[in-house]
Amino acid sequence: MDSEVLLTIRNLDAYYGQAQALRNVSLHVNSGEIVTLIGANGAGKTTLLNSIAGVLNSISGKIFFEEEDIAGLPSEKVVARGLSLVPEGRQVFSPLTVLDNLFLGAYLRHGRKSKEKIEEDLQKIWGIFPVLKERMNGYAGTLSGGEQQMLAVSRALMARPRLLLLDEPSMGLAPLMVKEIFRHIAELPRQGTTVLLVEQNARAAFEVAGRGYVLETGRIVLQGSITELLDNKEIKRAYLGKGYREVWE
Amino acid sequence: MTLGSQILQYIISGISIGSIYALVALGFNIIYNTTGIINFAQGEFVMLGGITAASLVTIFHVPILIAFLAAVIIVTAAGAFFERLAIHPLKNPSVITLIIITIAGSILLKGIAMFIWGKDTYFLPSFSGDRPIHFLGAAILPQTVWILGITGLVVILLSAFFKFTLAGKAMRAVASNRMAASLVGINVKKMVLFSFALSAAVGAVGGIIIAPIALMDYDKGAIFALKGFAVAALGGIGNFGGAIAAGLILGILEALGAGLISSHYKDAIALMVLLLVLFLKPSGIFGSAQESRLKKF
Ligand SMILES: Nc1ncnc2c1ncn2[C@@H]1O[C@H](COP(=O)(O)OP(=O)(O)OP(=O)(O)O)[C@@H](O)[C@H]1O
Ligand SMILES: [Mg+2]
Repeated sequence: MDSEVLLTIRNLDAYYGQAQALRNVSLHVNSGEIVTLIGANGAGKTTLLNSIAGVLNSISGKIFFEEEDIAGLPSEKVVARGLSLVPEGRQVFSPLTVLDNLFLGAYLRHGRKSKEKIEEDLQKIWGIFPVLKERMNGYAGTLSGGEQQMLAVSRALMARPRLLLLDEPSMGLAPLMVKEIFRHIAELPRQGTTVLLVEQNARAAFEVAGRGYVLETGRIVLQGSITELLDNKEIKRAYLGKGYREVWE
Repeated sequence: MTLGSQILQYIISGISIGSIYALVALGFNIIYNTTGIINFAQGEFVMLGGITAASLVTIFHVPILIAFLAAVIIVTAAGAFFERLAIHPLKNPSVITLIIITIAGSILLKGIAMFIWGKDTYFLPSFSGDRPIHFLGAAILPQTVWILGITGLVVILLSAFFKFTLAGKAMRAVASNRMAASLVGINVKKMVLFSFALSAAVGAVGGIIIAPIALMDYDKGAIFALKGFAVAALGGIGNFGGAIAAGLILGILEALGAGLISSHYKDAIALMVLLLVLFLKPSGIFGSAQESRLKKF
């Protein structure tokens, strides 16, 4: 079960008008894994996640999710298949309450029979992020950056995705908040959600992931288990800085 | 009549016409909030509502309640049709393209109306007779009571819809963040269609309830669009409560101006209000400046 392939990307190219942002990207994510994709500013990380989630559709290549090609499907159809994206910069519905944000996260599940299940999932979210429960009737736009990130992740989880794509969840957050959020990300596979995690903060990402890919100017230049990536001198220099081991061990 | 009761009289008639302006402005806001477009065809929905109901009653002798519902349904369908035909086919259109398209659409709708109804004026009888109700020396037409009651009902239903229903919340989500809305599974294009249908329905209701007071012909849409737009701007584009308050303010100003100065200035007042708002406080008197910086207008 755990080694089953959930997502396979083959030879993906993506364009913004004439400019090509992804070149021949191939990768895969197995069920139950946390896979990270790291890369510098402008490497194409967001472009890749947006292509998978159907936000961007000027793409060519294949994207198989649970063995079906989803390349080019609009976002609302991708979510319906069990793949959710937590977009870069959180993108919560600011003028709506925290509760309504979560409620809309389950948009495709609403129906007569699912009321109890949605309520159950809400309870789970309150358990994970008690601060959201405290603020449930407040407007999402009034939350702190870290709280908004918690809300964005929770909103995506309300769709009960089998694969969750996370776009730089650490962006703009204080180190303590990053720790808190990553602690919960590490738990996700045990609850049935596989994770593809995009980060610039390679240190935080390597703490929770089992495998990783490195993206540079639209191409995958390296891949391997986290242990292998950690042994790579180039990665240490470019993404972790000198003395990485000393900091974490 | 004493001056006091005369002024009361003007205020009451101002409130009733102001309610219609508020309904037109709500129509503008519904579409603006889900799409960022100012739909200049909004006034045509008002005209279509009034003229359809009037011709159903006077030509086909349909009972008023059924004519009311039928006209709302027909105009709602027209709104949806308009969206499918003019807005839906565009891929990533610019705001200016969309504005030009809605202006073109309003000309087209007006042309279709002229083709169907000619240049005649249509009259819808009052819903419950014309015997005035006397109140503090002022005479209130029963239709005024209908206008206020129905407008109030529409406002309550609309707020409940946006506040409590899944579809209403989804429309607000689209307004707030299109990409995030589609990422939770909301079909944004469907919501845009829905917002056009909904605002056409609201416009139609306005046209039907005002038709017994203001005669309807194919050419009436533009003036409603202008007044409604002035009201929406005054209330702060996208702001529902602001639209209602601003509608009543403009209606009362107009009625007082027409009654105390000259009825020739009636339409000029709306234009003056619009120009003043655009020059002095483009975010509207009820909109915050910060909010308006985030808007496309
Ligand atoms: N909407 C756009 N239009 C044109 N070019 C774009 C657009 N979005 C991104 N790009 C370009 O595509 C490339 C990849 O951008 P992308 O946002 O995917 O990078 P990223 O790895 O997510 O960067 P960051 O770490 O800053 O988020 C960059 O060169 C960027 O300038
Ligand atoms: Mg990015």
